[in-house]
Amino acid sequence: MNQTTRQIASDGLTLDDEERRAIEHARDHYEQPQAACIEALKIVQRRHGWVPDAAIPVIAETLGVGVADVEGVATFYSLIFRQPVGRHVILVCDSSSCFLNDFEALREALTARLGIGYGETTDDDRFTLLPVCCLGACDRGPALMIDDHTYGPVAPDDVADLLEGFS
Amino acid sequence: MSARRYHSQLRQRSAERRVETHPLTWRLREDGAVLGLEEYVEKDGYAAVREVLSHRSPDDVVTTMKEANVRGRGGAGFSAGMKWSLTMTGPNIPRGYLVCNADEMEPGTFKDRLLLEQQPHLLIEGMILGAYANHSRFGYIFLRGEYVEAARVLSRALEEAREAGWLGRHVAGSDFDFDIALHTGAGRYICGEETALINSLEGLRANPRAKPPFPGQSGAWGKPTVVNNVETLCNAPAVMRHGAEWYQALSGELSDDGGTKLYGVSGKVARAGLWELPIGTTGRELLERAGGMRDGRALKAWLPGGGSTGFLLPEHLDHPLDFDTIGELGSRLGTGLMTVVNEDQSVLSLVRNLEQFFARESCGWCTPCRDGLPWTVKLLQALERGEGEPGDLEMLDKLADDLGPGQTFCAHAPGAAMPLQSALKHFREEFERGVATPPRAASAAEPMPTGDSFTRS
Repeated sequence: MNQTTRQIASDGLTLDDEERRAIEHARDHYEQPQAACIEALKIVQRRHGWVPDAAIPVIAETLGVGVADVEGVATFYSLIFRQPVGRHVILVCDSSSCFLNDFEALREALTARLGIGYGETTDDDRFTLLPVCCLGACDRGPALMIDDHTYGPVAPDDVADLLEGFS
Repeated sequence: MSARRYHSQLRQRSAERRVETHPLTWRLREDGAVLGLEEYVEKDGYAAVREVLSHRSPDDVVTTMKEANVRGRGGAGFSAGMKWSLTMTGPNIPRGYLVCNADEMEPGTFKDRLLLEQQPHLLIEGMILGAYANHSRFGYIFLRGEYVEAARVLSRALEEAREAGWLGRHVAGSDFDFDIALHTGAGRYICGEETALINSLEGLRANPRAKPPFPGQSGAWGKPTVVNNVETLCNAPAVMRHGAEWYQALSGELSDDGGTKLYGVSGKVARAGLWELPIGTTGRELLERAGGMRDGRALKAWLPGGGSTGFLLPEHLDHPLDFDTIGELGSRLGTGLMTVVNEDQSVLSLVRNLEQFFARESCGWCTPCRDGLPWTVKLLQALERGEGEPGDLEMLDKLADDLGPGQTFCAHAPGAAMPLQSALKHFREEFERGVATPPRAASAAEPMPTGDSFTRS
């Protein structure tokens, strides 16, 4: 955990005006405020990279729903991170088509290069490595996502060059 | 070669794609760029909405959709028109919701991504027609969180459509009001299950709901709700524009199902890809379009439509890929995207990979799925290591039965059972080879594997 994330965990968390507006805007799309809960978690995650425990009551209060309801949702979805992650999250597709195209070799190359396995973050907080469901890029597997972009096919030899672009 | 950004791509050149034969893709640009509103309208876009909203009744739309026999392209193959006809409507029934299931996560499936990223207005037009037919007051596009590019494209397209009067009050100058919001998910394959999707839309954990009541009676927030796959909805505009008979004729003698299908091939082929072809096209033709097997290796097996469909063999390549035929072969058409396995691949290992996927993605709601899938994975891993024990295959048979249809709330576990059961049938000797002889000495029981132990293995 770096300095900032440690601070959030201990000092509580506040939403800025823009985040509050974004959550309220999302809420207007639905019959009931609970529906905006996933979007609210994503809004928090956009700024902090993850969703600290302290964010849960803040979201619950903003939406006017129960803390346990928000927590239940926050622990269900795989793209809501409940631990600090690196500045860039690498999602490695491990489903059948990528399996047939040897994603294991790609994962090993990533692990060798970064020195981390699934669920781990590099010491410099640059990358976190996670598996993901079929990315829908099966015609160009093995595929992976880094932040908002999907890449494929990614050969083990491509890993060094590909990661170079992320600071 | 260095890694490239992924862009969705259709393998057919524009010369092959015609308005008369390719309702889903004839408008797509050769360069794969997104089709904006202006170009979409120039190419007959929103003509179906204009026509239907001014001249036809909702019931008429439902009847046409039924006659066209558009079967659900998300994998279940249920008639979309039939589904629409079951939506509760009436003077005392509140208007409900039309939800587009754009939560594409089925292993081996990459078709909806193409439609979402390159032709967003076709989906919006299909949703307007669907909403009109079902008296829906509002629509949602439930998009998986990882489809970031599609989210960008759809947001822009929704704005364009709203500005041009295709969404909002008085759609296309009619008395019909309808708008759409984009709802992006946060992972979990189970969100693609119709009722789990509704829970997720409501901001709850994505556990499935018991049926009945069906969503058409009581769905999102207790209102009548229609959930249709992206490709299904994208068929509606052409069906309304050119009629049920025309749509039926697209598949001609090939199949009783109407229309075309966005078929695809991935796995061990020379050129994986996507093609729009008449429904009922054979696996052999798809394989040929994909340039045949990669490196000249022989075909061992194939999945006709994603990870939750049963394995088929080379001898099944000449059957039409439609819902009934593939069902009769003991598999399912599913999403219609083939996964191709060659002779070098252990089917046991592939099944282990598939079951790991299903075990990880189980929502944990019901016991056969939550406990049976990790158990299945554990047995498969032991067989893979050559450490299986006598009785393991019979236990896998039993698990496949216990995970099957009718034992669970939703289709997740039955979907997981299908590749397992078919692999045990067609490739049993591979599993048998994993049983250690002589049997291992009894040892202390190992703990059940957890989600962590799958991903770290």
